[in-house]
Amino acid sequence: MRVARGELWAGRALLLVLMTLTILPFISIFMTALHPSGTVPGGLEWPAHPQWGNFVTAFRVAEMPALLASSTFIVLAVVPVSLLISTMAGFAIGLLRIPGSRALLFLFVFGLTLPFSGIIIPIYFLERTTGIYNTRLAIVLPLIALYMPFAVFWMRAHFVNMPTEISEAARVDGATTWDLFWHIHVPLAGPPIASLGILMSIWTWNQFLLALVLVEDPSQRTMAGALGAFQGHYATDIPLLCAGTILILVPTLVIFVLFQRQIILALLQGSVKG
Amino acid sequence: MTSDKRPAAHVSSRWAFLHRKVHREAIVGWLFVLPALVMYALFVLLPLVLTIKYSFYKWNGVGLSTWVGLKNYITILQVPNLIGTIYNAFWLVVWFSFIPVGLGLVVASVIHRVATGQLGAIARTILFTPQVIPLVAAGIIWGWLLALPGLINQILKVVGLGVITRAWLGDFHWALPAVGVIGIWVLLGFCTVLLLTGMGKIDPSLYESARIDGAGWFREFVAITVPLLRNEIGVCLTVTVIAALAAFDIVWVSTAGGPGNATAVPGIQIYILAFTQRSVGLASALAVMLMVLVVVVILPIQWLSRESAR
Repeated sequence: MRVARGELWAGRALLLVLMTLTILPFISIFMTALHPSGTVPGGLEWPAHPQWGNFVTAFRVAEMPALLASSTFIVLAVVPVSLLISTMAGFAIGLLRIPGSRALLFLFVFGLTLPFSGIIIPIYFLERTTGIYNTRLAIVLPLIALYMPFAVFWMRAHFVNMPTEISEAARVDGATTWDLFWHIHVPLAGPPIASLGILMSIWTWNQFLLALVLVEDPSQRTMAGALGAFQGHYATDIPLLCAGTILILVPTLVIFVLFQRQIILALLQGSVKG
Repeated sequence: MTSDKRPAAHVSSRWAFLHRKVHREAIVGWLFVLPALVMYALFVLLPLVLTIKYSFYKWNGVGLSTWVGLKNYITILQVPNLIGTIYNAFWLVVWFSFIPVGLGLVVASVIHRVATGQLGAIARTILFTPQVIPLVAAGIIWGWLLALPGLINQILKVVGLGVITRAWLGDFHWALPAVGVIGIWVLLGFCTVLLLTGMGKIDPSLYESARIDGAGWFREFVAITVPLLRNEIGVCLTVTVIAALAAFDIVWVSTAGGPGNATAVPGIQIYILAFTQRSVGLASALAVMLMVLVVVVILPIQWLSRESAR
């Protein structure tokens, strides 16, 4: 494409400005995190004596190892179960076309726009009654359920486009429905399952409202929920708060840099299909 | 659907066999849906029904509840602090949705025209980064940037606008736009990258013939890019409008709804009413209104973008 020189430079300048504006906040909290704990520095000011020890202090007071373990546990409990049951449901609705599949699909799609805050109140009271309140299960179970509209919709979109000849051939060979699912269709559904897994992992790691309402103990929460508690305790100590925020961001940013192509693709597809 | 009127066995045993087989397959198929359906029913549909039920009662969450009919809804419509949360939610739509989508269109077309190589790839990744971090972190970071000694005021002083510096999130007039700026930071990259992907699908010969006709950047943008991206624009609007109406994390962490009720949105008010003020009925009525509001706003966007894409 031929583009005028002036436009070329103006466009590039705009991009550089926007990239700077996107990165500057991260640089600002990084510089702030290096100032002596308890002081109030300027927004963008390299300290005379960088206090790298702030990161050690934040690591200790935020109980980072416990937080990482808790968040990882929650992700590992939510994502595989959600993947399995939504793939099964998507398979039955999209490929087996069981009686009532249109009604089922409608029922799940209905939940797509539901804000979490709309149904959080009864979940809280149900969990108090059943005794799972303030355990990790209190986050895990509702999250699996809240992912179902999107996950079933997503997997059904894959299965509905699979040719039926594959299934018929397997049927002739005497395969049961479970064989057909587990040995033939799950291996073929690798890419959509992987994207869905990435999406649900990020959403779980970043989940805040459920953690805030349903779990009081920060060490039983997700990463985002723990960060909220950390802010509550150290709101006045800005360098320490910034150091803690950076520590909590590091795992997410590392994963994003490593898997950026897959993550961006998954998030885009996720929104288009949703 | 399997019917109950089975053919008499003597008519054809083969028919009966087939019938049983179909019936069995339907049952097996339903067993596949069952786990997802049970989870969904227990933790989404049941709470949804209970929210609607609570909204007709006055209940403090512990003692007895009393039926009050539509009184909770009437209270929300009458009390300025409660209905105000819905006005605030619509204001946030401007910041979380209209600006990121509009600006995203411009940025995406700039990348599409002048930065197809390395620069474009780097710009995409960097602009997208705020989308993957927890919104809580975005709220904390910007809480500090917008504070009195923070970066924003520092920049304003450097460019000679020292007179307008203030604690942005603590200012009755400026807190809501300040929260909105956080939303732009988070959502701009997402919209840009999504729209850019859509632009990649537009036939380049359309642009070439437009350029032969002497069309500049703006004409090309209005006549080709925007109309052909209706579908993607619809998706961006849907995602960002839901993010605005159902906002919680960013607002809770940066202002908690204050100062006063200047940035209180429905999500925040539901939380405060239910879990600190113990007005469960009132909170549930607001929750029902929020859910209805989201559907009412999203449906037309969906219709418009799907219809015109055909």
